[in-house]
Amino acid sequence: MTPLLEAQVGQPPRLCATRLTLHPGERVAVIGPNGSGKTSLLRALAGIAGVGAVTIAGEALAEASPARRRRLLSYLPAGREVAWPIPVRDVIALGLDRPDPERIAILLDALALERLAERPVDTLSTGERARVLLGRALAPHPLLLLLDEPLSNLDPAWVLRILDLLDRETALGTGLLLALHDLALLPHFERVLLMDGGEVVADDSPARVLASPRFQEVFQIEADGPGWKLSPSGDPRSSR
Amino acid sequence: MIRLSLAALLLLALTALALLFPLAPLQGPSEVRDLVLLELRLPRLLLALGYGATLGLTGAALQALFANPLASPDLTGASSGAALGAVIASSLFGVAGPLVMGLSGAAGAALALTLLFALAGRRADSATLLLAGLGISLAAGAATSLALALAPSPFAFYEAFDWLMGSLVDRSLPQAAAALVPAAIAGALLARRAAALDRLALGEEVAASLGDRPQRLRREVVALASLAVGACVAVCGAVGFVGLVAPVLARGMTKGHPGRALLPAALIGALLLTAADLLTRLAPLGRVLPLGVVTAIAGTPLFLWLLLRMRWRLAP
Repeated sequence: MTPLLEAQVGQPPRLCATRLTLHPGERVAVIGPNGSGKTSLLRALAGIAGVGAVTIAGEALAEASPARRRRLLSYLPAGREVAWPIPVRDVIALGLDRPDPERIAILLDALALERLAERPVDTLSTGERARVLLGRALAPHPLLLLLDEPLSNLDPAWVLRILDLLDRETALGTGLLLALHDLALLPHFERVLLMDGGEVVADDSPARVLASPRFQEVFQIEADGPGWKLSPSGDPRSSR
Repeated sequence: MIRLSLAALLLLALTALALLFPLAPLQGPSEVRDLVLLELRLPRLLLALGYGATLGLTGAALQALFANPLASPDLTGASSGAALGAVIASSLFGVAGPLVMGLSGAAGAALALTLLFALAGRRADSATLLLAGLGISLAAGAATSLALALAPSPFAFYEAFDWLMGSLVDRSLPQAAAALVPAAIAGALLARRAAALDRLALGEEVAASLGDRPQRLRREVVALASLAVGACVAVCGAVGFVGLVAPVLARGMTKGHPGRALLPAALIGALLLTAADLLTRLAPLGRVLPLGVVTAIAGTPLFLWLLLRMRWRLAP
């Protein structure tokens, strides 16, 4: 199977040299403490900083035209701000090259935004804006989704609905890289990248990453029944 | 769309009014009529339309670029640089020929722009560009006042002062062309960046991921806006408020889209400045009100109304 994504990126000191391969339809979670380089990795893969070689479906990202680029990937930053009072429907359309009312109607429906479609986006709650911006990222049917904490600010039902929506996209062959903090959601993914100090320190199935000593060392927490507790060495003043 | 068509109709009406008002000089002999129409009112009308459109368009582009509804064409320092150049030429060296004033104004704008990019540095992010532009505006404003204070004669002082308030009176057709041709070229190039400016509403990172180049876009928009406004200021002097208010009104017509508002903002800017220029003719005793004063007096209540509306909209 030809890989969907082949990347060799790096931007020291924020992101060490990283080689990454992703297959079509693969769902990958990116986890790590604050400042561990999750966002830097996603940004580098989106070709924003221009720090390395990224190839998507055999096409070099740096050489792709803007129109082609929008079909290759979508990047959703963790920020939820839109500078202007643009209606929800139009925000979703900003990701499209040409008007596609059908696609927008499908997304408005899937994200339960029909009622808000004409509302200026800056009058929405943070969680609602998160859905709108995710819709913008999904709109062009990209081959690769790079989503930075798309599930923050969402209520539990919406977290599950969005994961479901993303499953439908990956079932069609879309690759997914998703940064998140909620470790309980890891079983939804086939693969987990654990990041620390700008480096991918583990790349394995969720179960194996969670059980690895490296995980405990990076996060300084350990399993405690169904949840987590701080490791004895987990005092932020004593380390790092 | 309806509001946009109404604005276009109103602009047509004002255009006719600007040519015909006051009517008295047009009822004389045909030589006088032609002189008044072609030599006096036509260049004045063209400048009102072109300068107004330039202010609206560049204001909308800069507001979209800086994601700030308070950005205005004065903010890049180009117009104060142009004003300084022209004032130095006329008040210190006593040359007030239109060509010299225009050229020194353009030189002032170019110098301000060079300084702006030098100060903002290689990355030239929005905050440093804004601060550098503000600094240059303030410095150029102070230097302009100094040049006025050192004016060799009261005549030179009044000449420069009158011009600093902005005026479209007594400009020839070649002068109008000197302002409007560069402004039109820069304006057309700016208008081509409308879609990229719309995408910038999602933030620079997303715009970059969509294949835009925010850093380059910033330089281009600031340079083009400075060129367009600098050329107009060099010929007509500084006119405030239009560049601030026209884009806000235009975005009301484009559902808040900052880039799509560029051309409507040009239309509204032309409308506002033509109306303001008509108002200057209403002063009694044959005197002409300074254009910049009219736009400021008419613009302030409009601006306050927009401000209040914004506050009501965002009120919880």
